[in-house]
Amino acid sequence: MTVETERPLARDDQEQRTIRLVSVGHELDEAERIASSGDAVGAISIADEQVVFDLQSLSCYYGAFRAVKEISLRVPRNQITAIIGPSGCGKSTLLRSFNRMNDLVEGARVDGRVLYHGVDLYADGVDPVEVRRRIGMVFQKPNPFPKSIYDNVAFGPRVAGFRGDMNELVEQSLRRAALWDEVKDKLRSPGTALSGGQQQRLCIARAIAVEPDVILMDEPCSALDPIATLRIEELMHQLKENYTIVIVTHNMQQAARASDLTAFLTMGEDRAGYLVEMAATDQIFTRPQHRLTEDYITGRFG
Amino acid sequence: MTANSSTPASLTIDDLRGSVGRRRKEGVIRVAFLAAALTSVLISVLIILSLIGEAWSFITQVDPALLVERGWFPRRDLYGLPTIVTGTLVIAGIGMLVATPLGLGAAIFLSEYASPRARRTIKPILEILAGIPSVVLGYFALQVINPTVVDPLCPSTTDPYTMGAAGIAVGILITPLIASVAEDAMYAVPGSLREASYGLGARKRTTSLRIVFPAAVSGIVASLILGASRGIGETMIVAIAAGGLGGSLFSVNPCGPGQTMTAAMTALATGSDQVRGASLAFPSLFFVGLLLFLFTLALNLLADFFVRRVRIQY
Amino acid sequence: MTTPRAQAISNAELVRQRLTGGAGDWRSAAFAALLGLLLVVTLGVLAWLLGVVLVNGGPTLLARGLDFFTSNLASRPESAGVAQGIVGSLYLMVFVALVAFPLGIGAAVYLEEYAHDTLLTRTINTVVRNLAGVPSIVYGLLGLAIFVVALGDVLGPGRTQGRSLIAGGLTMAILVLPIVIITTAEALRAVPLTIREAAFGVGATRWETIRSHVLPYAAPGIFTGTILSMARAFGETAPLILVGAVVGGFNVSYDNPIEQAYGRYTALPTTIYDWARKPGTFDGNTYAAIIVLLVVLLGVNALAIFMRNRFERRW
Repeated sequence: MTVETERPLARDDQEQRTIRLVSVGHELDEAERIASSGDAVGAISIADEQVVFDLQSLSCYYGAFRAVKEISLRVPRNQITAIIGPSGCGKSTLLRSFNRMNDLVEGARVDGRVLYHGVDLYADGVDPVEVRRRIGMVFQKPNPFPKSIYDNVAFGPRVAGFRGDMNELVEQSLRRAALWDEVKDKLRSPGTALSGGQQQRLCIARAIAVEPDVILMDEPCSALDPIATLRIEELMHQLKENYTIVIVTHNMQQAARASDLTAFLTMGEDRAGYLVEMAATDQIFTRPQHRLTEDYITGRFG
Repeated sequence: MTANSSTPASLTIDDLRGSVGRRRKEGVIRVAFLAAALTSVLISVLIILSLIGEAWSFITQVDPALLVERGWFPRRDLYGLPTIVTGTLVIAGIGMLVATPLGLGAAIFLSEYASPRARRTIKPILEILAGIPSVVLGYFALQVINPTVVDPLCPSTTDPYTMGAAGIAVGILITPLIASVAEDAMYAVPGSLREASYGLGARKRTTSLRIVFPAAVSGIVASLILGASRGIGETMIVAIAAGGLGGSLFSVNPCGPGQTMTAAMTALATGSDQVRGASLAFPSLFFVGLLLFLFTLALNLLADFFVRRVRIQY
Repeated sequence: MTTPRAQAISNAELVRQRLTGGAGDWRSAAFAALLGLLLVVTLGVLAWLLGVVLVNGGPTLLARGLDFFTSNLASRPESAGVAQGIVGSLYLMVFVALVAFPLGIGAAVYLEEYAHDTLLTRTINTVVRNLAGVPSIVYGLLGLAIFVVALGDVLGPGRTQGRSLIAGGLTMAILVLPIVIITTAEALRAVPLTIREAAFGVGATRWETIRSHVLPYAAPGIFTGTILSMARAFGETAPLILVGAVVGGFNVSYDNPIEQAYGRYTALPTTIYDWARKPGTFDGNTYAAIIVLLVVLLGVNALAIFMRNRFERRW
């Protein structure tokens, strides 16, 4: 439940603008209290029980190079959160830190904390494999396995030791990915024989099959044509009912169309990415708080 | 050489013909290179002709009954093919038993588990192993593998020449070949597939065995076939360590001596100086050689087929 | 426990448990251990072999010293040496270089630079690839049939009965030819198209392009390939046995190398084979000769790789 309240803008801007504070999950009086006290992080306040990710001063390093600098933000559940910014500013790195995919790169490490439902993902004893079963990922270029459609979807659950009715799980996953009707007669044919858009929906079905909590999407439509892109965006709206979605995109129109919240990253002089601002999507795009954000959205750079 | 024309109007086709001498020289050079390329075809033709010629003279003269006799004793005109063929299969078989786990294990390790530094260290070592000549491995089999490995495993006899020792040495010989071809096949599997697998929460072991290995299976099968082909064609290890000089009884016992097609050929060639013209020993040499050639050719073509399947996939 | 806040806390606890619980994945550890074991065995065998060779051959080499390298074959191990073997092998390498390299490089140049994708070209490529996979002893048969028997009176007259150095050299050259073609072709294929285009763009003919641009660029790779193929030929034994090398022995006189080419000979690997079949007293000699062979092979391989790394240009 989102409630909008208003609060006067704090510091560094001459004009007396008020911004709308989006509060997620709070009761009305609580939201007003937060608005007036300035306890929000950015222009968003998310009630604790609605928080899925809480990043606290997260920095990501590849060896000595810092790719992402001290990012603090919170991602609410069952919403679509978009991360936008110019290329090279660390959006993908940030996204991958949510499910510890960066672990696969030699020399990668993090500073700060990534709290997932209150648990620090990078704490000792946390098994990255378990993390990835809960936080799934869809990649930029569709990458179905050279197996049948059925086996593609069934792979994750099988590996996780699923013992129930696989046929049912496969069907449900394909339905949720809006692919079932198109492939139900050819489940045994290779996943690689589908069109680009279908392959990406297959990858989404594959990710859903392990019943994750969160789906991370790294520029999922950049390799697809506009029609396939729109279908995936529609799909995302359906998916957010059951999953939390975080999507990285370099396509601003897509972020504006498809997401509920948007975080804008850019590259600092030390070539590390940092968070400029994060707010409700329509607010970022109509009344951005920072000059940099405004420049980016109006196309002056990036 | 015509002078450069400055205006298009005065340009004729003669201006663009170029120098005759230069073109003729080009032609000659091209033909020279073509001739070089054709020699390779010439050689294979010669191989086949020379083999067929003498082999034919053998087939037409030999008593077919002798061919299926048990026992290979050419000086007594006993050309029992089953003996040398089974000997080849036994030794190559033992070799594959040894080389398949070692070679594929090394390949999976290098492709999926090894850090770049480990790869840089281990790959050259495998290259060194690959460069050990078979005569050295044969001697090693005779002097070391036989007493140390085979004798303890074969309680009843202690033969100085055994097919087991030769088989193990053949396995050592072909391990680097299998490792290298299989590793190439697995390394070529796109990283995006591994990423997708890890992203679903699979471990490295699962990803390697259930995604990478199946995706690379064509190349891996090709590596095994190439290894088998090499094992079948191997000569010196058997000639030194498996015994069988002068003749051999039919045997499938790895604890005892045996004879392969290749070693039979060397025995025929070194046995006596009258290789030429003495009974059917000389043509039999070519007959066996033809068999060997056809066998390995078939295997190599099969391996080729599998390698091409890999290329189609990606 | 139904207030949202309480719910959130218990969720977090649950998640924490699940994320850190994980029963130890023994299967992964076992698999990694298995791989490690296999690797250790493979590398260990190599170490074992080298160790045995050094331990058994070292003393002989040290005891005999230079004498080992200057003595001919003899019936008593104390006086037998590898002189003839080394000289014979060197002779054979000269043949390989003279015959196989021009033919092989020429064939590769044709296949990569001149040939169009016709049936003939594809056939030649297939033939070359399959020739590389033919067991080496079959080349010995070819050499036997043609150079020893058919051309025996020309190449190895008199007492040699055709089993001449020339016959052996030609046989080895043919053995090595497909490998030279394949490695040269690979080196040529690695030359970027832009280099050729640049030359054509200024009006060079195909040969001029090859000579002045393609070959120099591919030279390190071609060089490495030829050296490595020679190293491979150096260690080959089976074909030489078939064309009569083992019976060997010739006087290492440096007066008339041309005449020696028509005579009998032996090579280092065949010397090893010969000694390997003799009774135990020759063990030390055999191991010592193996050390010599391995040192040469290792040295040549290392040299080839070193030179390739040194001269490889980065464009």
